[in-house]
Amino acid sequence: MLGPERAKTIAGQVLGLSPADETEVLIQTGDAALTRFANSVIHQNVAEANVTVQVRVALGQQVGVASTNRLDDAALRDVVDTALRIARLLPPNPEFPGLPAPQPIPTVNAFVPATAATTPAYRAGAVGTICRLAVEQGLVASGAFSTGAYELVVANSRGVWAYHPYTRANLVTVIMSDDSSGWAQRSALDVSAMDTEAAGREAVDKALRSRHPVTIEPGAYTVILEEYAVADLIAYLAYMGFSAQAVQEGRSFMGGHLGEALVDAQVSIWDDGLDPTGLPLPFDFEGVPKRRVEFFERGVARGVIYDSYTAHKEPGQVSTGHAMPAGVTWGPQPSNLFMAPGSTSKEEMLRSTQRGLWVTRFHYTNIVHPLKTILTGMTRDGTFLIEDGEIARPVKNLRFTQNVLEALNDVAAIGRETMLLADEYWGATRMPALKIGRFWFSGATEF
Amino acid sequence: MKTLIERGLNTAQVHGATYADVRIVHTRTEDITVKNGRPEAISQREDQGFGVRVIADGAWGFAASAMLTAGEVDRVAAQAVAIARASARVKAGDVDLGPPEVHVGTYHTPVQVDPFAVPLETKIALLLAADEAMRHVPGIGVTEASLSFLRTLKVLGSTEGTLIEQELVESGGGIEALAVGPGEVQKRSYPNSFGRDQRTGGYEVITDMDLVGNAPRIAEEAVQLLAAPQCPPGERDIILAGDQLALQIHESCGHPTELDRVLGTEASYAGTSFLTLDKMGTFRYGSDLVTIVADATTPGGLGTFGYDDEGVPAQRAPLVQNGLFVGYLTSRETARRLGQRSNGTMRADGWNRLPIIRMTNINLEPGEWTLADLIADTEDGIYMQTNKSWSIDDRRLNFQFGVEIAWEIQGGKLGRMLKNATYTGLTPQFWASCDAICNREHWQVWGTPNCGKGQPGQVAHVGHGAAPARFRRVRVGVTV
Repeated sequence: MLGPERAKTIAGQVLGLSPADETEVLIQTGDAALTRFANSVIHQNVAEANVTVQVRVALGQQVGVASTNRLDDAALRDVVDTALRIARLLPPNPEFPGLPAPQPIPTVNAFVPATAATTPAYRAGAVGTICRLAVEQGLVASGAFSTGAYELVVANSRGVWAYHPYTRANLVTVIMSDDSSGWAQRSALDVSAMDTEAAGREAVDKALRSRHPVTIEPGAYTVILEEYAVADLIAYLAYMGFSAQAVQEGRSFMGGHLGEALVDAQVSIWDDGLDPTGLPLPFDFEGVPKRRVEFFERGVARGVIYDSYTAHKEPGQVSTGHAMPAGVTWGPQPSNLFMAPGSTSKEEMLRSTQRGLWVTRFHYTNIVHPLKTILTGMTRDGTFLIEDGEIARPVKNLRFTQNVLEALNDVAAIGRETMLLADEYWGATRMPALKIGRFWFSGATEF
Repeated sequence: MKTLIERGLNTAQVHGATYADVRIVHTRTEDITVKNGRPEAISQREDQGFGVRVIADGAWGFAASAMLTAGEVDRVAAQAVAIARASARVKAGDVDLGPPEVHVGTYHTPVQVDPFAVPLETKIALLLAADEAMRHVPGIGVTEASLSFLRTLKVLGSTEGTLIEQELVESGGGIEALAVGPGEVQKRSYPNSFGRDQRTGGYEVITDMDLVGNAPRIAEEAVQLLAAPQCPPGERDIILAGDQLALQIHESCGHPTELDRVLGTEASYAGTSFLTLDKMGTFRYGSDLVTIVADATTPGGLGTFGYDDEGVPAQRAPLVQNGLFVGYLTSRETARRLGQRSNGTMRADGWNRLPIIRMTNINLEPGEWTLADLIADTEDGIYMQTNKSWSIDDRRLNFQFGVEIAWEIQGGKLGRMLKNATYTGLTPQFWASCDAICNREHWQVWGTPNCGKGQPGQVAHVGHGAAPARFRRVRVGVTV
């Protein structure tokens, strides 16, 4: 951790070294640790400290980007020189809108000292409990427990100064028997608020209940998707179509449909980087404050997210604060996805289902057709057949191939609780469970 | 660097480590992207740091830092030992690495033209020319061309006496054309999907791709796909081009033969494997034609190096021999479980990651067919090229792949173009249905620079040698 004063000094040093018309400094720091376990023992236990400094310079509309993870004077001078050299070589980019001007940055407290101070012994203690719960039932535990403290810093020559310290804690566990498995995940800013033992009990319970699965035929089923499965579908939906770049390039299902009801009227989905019940991040990698963006409001398509580049292409449009670091070509990305909860418990969903499948989570989901929102993937770690309002028996895993918008148009019920889940690489989701009337399973596997 | 390594090893031992290795890594990266006729992103990155891996109290610990100073080496080495002691609170037995691996040596990727010595202007001009050649085709919506270069300098030392210096150089490039029509989007990529193909080697890798020469064809195919008929569902014979077969090998042979997965240590993320220990030497993985090797010595392969990150020399190891499953990708610790020596597949994604078992170059040995003869020999089939979508279950059995482009084969002749082609199956049945593989003239090594594994996440650069091959009676055209 640099702290705001040291970060400001480094940023000021870089800005002072640059003779460019405009200069931006992006600093990211991380003190991260992870304890990984398998076969009910810890087999990997790692820690790292890193700082990266990325510099974007603009000579008119000639833009160059360079980065380093060294902080000495010579390295900072080199990184500025490299960015300048790149910029001078390039033809002007008429789509470069200039660096963002400063805007007030909202303050969101996302730093919890207890998380930053987590020791290997603390993580080992929690892991040891989960392993004990598994072994007591004749099961095998695996998983990963990560904690870390991070800083995101953006400064530019127009006066932007944005500093955000934050912490993350994330626990995932898979508990297995010879022919079954169960999953649980917990994510939080505050490690002490995580009930890791409850996660262990959840996964153990699922592994016990999914023993001796039977084969069922693929086909269309009513499904109850737990929060884990819903988070996967919505994250992919966002990637396929919630960015202005996807719309502008003609590959988003949102293009030309704003104002139309695209999904069931019960469904509202938005991104809000300021909501303290997510993993908040108050500004983007250009230092632009995040705005709440409604994607679906009671089923109606309302908007998409912008960075400064994509906003510049549409008269009157401004960045919504969803830029990725300079040099990333994917376009703006959501960081905190939310779906509005409903009024139904998962137990009520179960009792109301004559015949269907209960899906804990999906595995290796991937895009088949982005414009048609078709995804494929496997069920994993607890799939059950529902008959007459009860779990009848565990089933072997199935492959789904499903149009997500069609599924969101066939929502029978929405869970009244939501679960915060950190994404593996970036951002977080807070989703409820869903009951979907018809969900298509196109294949099956052997376990 | 050697002084810092010795200091780290000594500090770790003073704090109680019974084994330690220190790896210092410096990487330089250059990425250039041209989009719609304009340089979209050009960036150069420099990254360095070191990692200390130790065994103390019989358990593993690892710590890493970007600060290459004596004081920081002391702090991180001590931290690694403290972490190992915490690991020892939840262990079943002591880590056993087997006999010492003591190697002293150097390795440099053979390079004809240093890619970092080629002027940026030359690289940008190449991409602009390729981009322009695509945009000339009517109906193209988005074009993108990119180059990526990576130089990695690694120094590894261990308390067993290993001291290895390596310089690995990679060059990658590719073009993409996106055609947009009413309710339909189609993309074509060259030489491979997901932005680029990549090899170990210098700028000659890029020159050999002929990005400009292939650009018009790629763009025309993207536009033609908009109007092409949907791949009809059914059971068909399929011929997979080398680029698609490379990913099939990656997902259905490479990952399930990783011995760490088999032993359960990837269970919480990517999953386990259907190739359990009892199957080695007895399980029929595919037809007699199928021989697959892990070869870290393949010239130009993206998984080619001198030594792995445990200091074990690069090797060629059989995985499937004439259809029989015969071996795993191993590390020192996992090989010990089989009574073997490591076949050298431990690699880390940078200084701040722990080495884990990764594919090297997983190669399907070539057969005897020419592609023309193979098509002529196929009565009713589909020829599929360039991956678009991929998914496989967590034991690597049930898979579904989609390709960018396909052509129908009728009466031994290539026919109409088909869009949105997919195929699905179960790994052993699929490879058992392989009845023809093209010869070495059609064989090439493809680069997969985006292989994800591990927690925290690591991305590996791996290679796959493949020539087109035929598979009988495969389910294609999954309907929704």
